[in-house]
Amino acid sequence: MIDFTLSEEHRELRGSVERFAREVVAPVIGDLYERGEFPYEIVAQMGKMGLFGLPFPEEYGGMGGDYFALCLALEELARVDSSVAITLEAGVSLGAMPIYRFGSPEQRRRWLPALCSGERLAAFGLTEPGGGSDVPGGMRTTARLEDGHWVINGSKSFITNSGTDITAFTTVTALTGEKEISTILVPNGTPGFTVGRKYSKVGWSASDTRELSLHDVRVPEENLVGERGRGYAQFLRILDEGRIAIAALSVGLAQGCVDECLRYVREREAFGRAIGEYQAIQFKVADMEVRAHTARLAYYAAAARMLAGEPFKKEAAIAKLVASNAAMDNARDATQIFGGYGFMNEYAVGRFYRDAKILEVGEGTSEVQRMLIARSLGLSSH
Amino acid sequence: MNIVVCVKQVPDTESPRKLKSDDNTLDRAAADGVINELDEYAIEEALLLKEAHGGEVTVLTMGPDKATDSIRKALAMGADKAVHLVDDALAGSDALGTSYAIQQVLGRTGFDLVILGAESTDARTGMLAAMLAERLGVPQLSLANKVEIDGSSITVQRITDYGYDKVEASLPAVVSVVEKINEPRYPSFKGIMAAKKKPVEKLGVADAGIDADKVGLAGAATEVVDFADAPPREKGQIVTDEGDGGAKIAEFLASKKFV
Repeated sequence: MIDFTLSEEHRELRGSVERFAREVVAPVIGDLYERGEFPYEIVAQMGKMGLFGLPFPEEYGGMGGDYFALCLALEELARVDSSVAITLEAGVSLGAMPIYRFGSPEQRRRWLPALCSGERLAAFGLTEPGGGSDVPGGMRTTARLEDGHWVINGSKSFITNSGTDITAFTTVTALTGEKEISTILVPNGTPGFTVGRKYSKVGWSASDTRELSLHDVRVPEENLVGERGRGYAQFLRILDEGRIAIAALSVGLAQGCVDECLRYVREREAFGRAIGEYQAIQFKVADMEVRAHTARLAYYAAAARMLAGEPFKKEAAIAKLVASNAAMDNARDATQIFGGYGFMNEYAVGRFYRDAKILEVGEGTSEVQRMLIARSLGLSSH
Repeated sequence: MNIVVCVKQVPDTESPRKLKSDDNTLDRAAADGVINELDEYAIEEALLLKEAHGGEVTVLTMGPDKATDSIRKALAMGADKAVHLVDDALAGSDALGTSYAIQQVLGRTGFDLVILGAESTDARTGMLAAMLAERLGVPQLSLANKVEIDGSSITVQRITDYGYDKVEASLPAVVSVVEKINEPRYPSFKGIMAAKKKPVEKLGVADAGIDADKVGLAGAATEVVDFADAPPREKGQIVTDEGDGGAKIAEFLASKKFV
């Protein structure tokens, strides 16, 4: 069946988040971004709306929705701002999801309600200074069992949501044996677990991204998330899903560029006419809309396969690749249309420009997406 | 406590609005319908009162079929059930007819408290609360920016030009609210899902015991005899300061009789 018509509930959710983004996020995010401040109040309100609990069942404080509902919320938030959107994406998809999918009943009961309500955040510590997608080859962090405790040593890089005032823990991936990877929950405040300073980033300036170091960190054996040695398979699943979410976020940014330009080209005059009356501008805006639209279809298609329980690795990689390209291209065109104003941070398109680049890098680079797509076509490099 | 919130669907103020030339009434099909902004505050206040004192919140809407969207949103915010008064005979009702129709429905639902926005963004008569209270024979507490209930007594802060009045009455009562009263919540996904299962009773004029002659365009006591488009907004005047900017601005303000 070919049908991308949204259900009534999905449509209403999208409308609700669209309004929230416009009324609550848009007026304040420029300042927070400029100052590099984490948007605590916005996150609290998103929590009240249930956005952090969207794909989780009600018994854990969730909203009983699905992953696609999360994607719609991410798209609408990113139309206005990506720092807020990535905070939600990482909070749900990387923070809470591993606990929900792989955690013990006890771990779920203990952590999920606070994560679903947005009162607490959690992070996923995979990437290391030596590499992200290159696993297990690039992984250096180790964990060994000692008297019923994991003793963890190593460091993690670029970890979103890991150092906010409301961060509860980071799920750390570590080598627990020869080519054996496991994930272990490390609460903030554990001795030896140091959360570094915030990075100075090109974009996503109002989001929290930090380096983590672990020096003889001891946590109880039961902090293992899922089975020992299953860490690799677990985060592959988490990353595949996450690619659809990042694609949705990218589509939001791409559409946000169209929104901003549509307003601007009607008002801005050059050579005696609104610039929107010039075909050169019209074609640019048309191309931008085309990119946003096709990228949206790509992530809808990937999400549809995922929700239907079908393999979706290739579709997720395609969606992520297409959507991050669309975001980058639209941000470039939008700032061009805005001219000098596009280079000013007080205009949203300038923020979009700075926020777009990371979409081609995070959750697997564009090159990694192409590698996955080629592999799915049966092409192997060795 | 049985709280009824009167919710009106109005054309989105963000979209162009117009009257129909055949009967001088609002073209409701031409614009997207949204909940009247002040009614959102009324819904929020009803939900806050319910959370504090228990009871049930019923949404009461009079409007065409497409007002269902607004009803569902109010239910998604957390109201328990809804009554939708919908009938072609009601089209074109003025405030007098509307207050009569709503009075009839309230006779069926019963109420301890009726809450509504102080005015709607379309007709802007701001009369409905007063007319309703008069028809129902209960106190009206208008322009509330704070509501407190203690047993059967209700106290509101009524905003005035100089601050506020503290007004007290006994329930049942009608309260109209202003936007300073609270911060309306955004519907959660759980609320959106739950709204689908909440009861919405559809009533026609006959079901509600409404005399069709007293409502609609024919039953209206007021008539819009003519209308014209608002003149386009004039371009602003830019004053370049050449040492006399202040004087020029004062001159401008004086010419508009602001000073």
